[in-house]
Amino acid sequence: MPFTLYRRRKFVNAIGLALSGVSMALGLAALLWILWTLFWNGLSAFSIDFFVRSTPAPGTENGGLANAIVGSLMMVGAATFVSTPIGILAGIYLAEFGARSKFAAATRFVTDIMLSAPSIVIGLFVYAIAVATVKQFSGWAGSLALSLIAIPVVVRTTENMLALVPGSLREAAFALGAPRWKVSLAVTLRAVRGGVLTGVLLAVARIIGETAPLLFTALNNQFFNADMNKPMANLPVVIYNFAMSPYENWQQLAWGGAALIALIVLGINVLARVLFRDKVRA
Amino acid sequence: MNSVFRTVPAPVIQVRNLSFFYGKFQGLSDVSLDIARNRVTAFIGPSGCGKSTLLRTFNRMFDLYPNQRAVGEICFNGRNVLDPSQDVNLLRAKVGMVFQKPTPFPMTIFENIAFGVRLYESLAGDAMQARVEWALRKAALWEEVRDKLDQSGLSLSGGQQQRLCIARMVAVKPEVLLLDEPTSALDPISTAKIEELVNELKDEYTIAIVTHNMQQAARISDYTAYMYLGELVEFGRTDEIFIKPKKKATEDYITGRFG
Repeated sequence: MPFTLYRRRKFVNAIGLALSGVSMALGLAALLWILWTLFWNGLSAFSIDFFVRSTPAPGTENGGLANAIVGSLMMVGAATFVSTPIGILAGIYLAEFGARSKFAAATRFVTDIMLSAPSIVIGLFVYAIAVATVKQFSGWAGSLALSLIAIPVVVRTTENMLALVPGSLREAAFALGAPRWKVSLAVTLRAVRGGVLTGVLLAVARIIGETAPLLFTALNNQFFNADMNKPMANLPVVIYNFAMSPYENWQQLAWGGAALIALIVLGINVLARVLFRDKVRA
Repeated sequence: MNSVFRTVPAPVIQVRNLSFFYGKFQGLSDVSLDIARNRVTAFIGPSGCGKSTLLRTFNRMFDLYPNQRAVGEICFNGRNVLDPSQDVNLLRAKVGMVFQKPTPFPMTIFENIAFGVRLYESLAGDAMQARVEWALRKAALWEEVRDKLDQSGLSLSGGQQQRLCIARMVAVKPEVLLLDEPTSALDPISTAKIEELVNELKDEYTIAIVTHNMQQAARISDYTAYMYLGELVEFGRTDEIFIKPKKKATEDYITGRFG
């Protein structure tokens, strides 16, 4: 009698295993298909011109994405520069200082809403406060929109990482007579610096591919421009425009741009995993 | 006054009618005792009896948790440390603590020691070097780590980590050392080293130790307090407590008939 029960259990197990295997294969196949199409079409667009020349005018040959690459790097760089300290400090506040306060609970709630807010809403908001008021699309406006997306990601990872620090480590630092700010910065934040850095990198990976927040803030620029006060070219919007154009060389550049972003995001994720593996200690 | 209460020569800490509350739950009831200077006082008793709770009132560690409060008096250096005007950081620099689990900070061995020193003193490079060596020698760790001061404190073994924590505490030059089950996570050899250390350190420091190990209490302490359900049942010289305890409850516990 127990034997048939055992056979039945093995049978159910085999079915469950097969189903989860198939699901995994489906998901993985979709991902590989996307990457394959992207790199098949995109990598052939890579050339010296692709990296050194700016976007071509309609109907002209050649051209590259230099203006969009530089614009994206500048805006993402500025956004990271601003959102990293704000996000980390806010995360420290939530985890170490205001664990039980109403203000912290409200901050946490707003952060969660910001995390899931559609990025086009954030783009519209920045348009209203930083573009419509000065009647000027600009790289700064684009950068502001990207910061608003990056900050909640950094806040939440920092807070979650700090929550992993064992209370005993915190108590040990307090027991030496250290004030709370010193305990937070020198001991607990340090204990999870790998995880916090990973949060920053994931935020960068998130904003580098964002199109909607830039559509009506940084707009786009056909020419090379390193002045953040003016409209700026950027990879996602160029891809969006070029992919739908009738010109074959534009479409080719769009594939190349998409492949470039995918490579950057892939690189950042791999880097984040390596850092996380080495540094986190719970 | 609690009937168990008795004075000791040259008390450093005098606890009077101390009660402690975790929210509504009472963790300590009317505890009074003295901690003698340059002696080792051991706290024994079953889990949850309030030994650690009592220890954590001496440096106001419980301040970190908003629903915990202490009522009564703990006199240290002529003032009540429970007084709200007492600066807790200065108190903790004078009353150091080591915990059950070794807690090295995520930094180098040198920085682990220097961290606490820097909070209250600005020592030049040489002086800091000397202080770190002094503290590591006090904790009998210098010979093992002298060539790897720039390695992470986490790279040490459990026993070494615990001695690093003792060195870190001693480096700040406290008067009182609180040890909260310092050897319960260690192997017998590391435990023996820590016990030896306690014996050496008591010449210069006043030590209070919580332990689950009654042999340990008998080996290293001069005074022993037996606690049960938040009350101090018996307190006295260790030899008296272990050889002829006055109370049946104490005798039952130390002979293993209960607990």
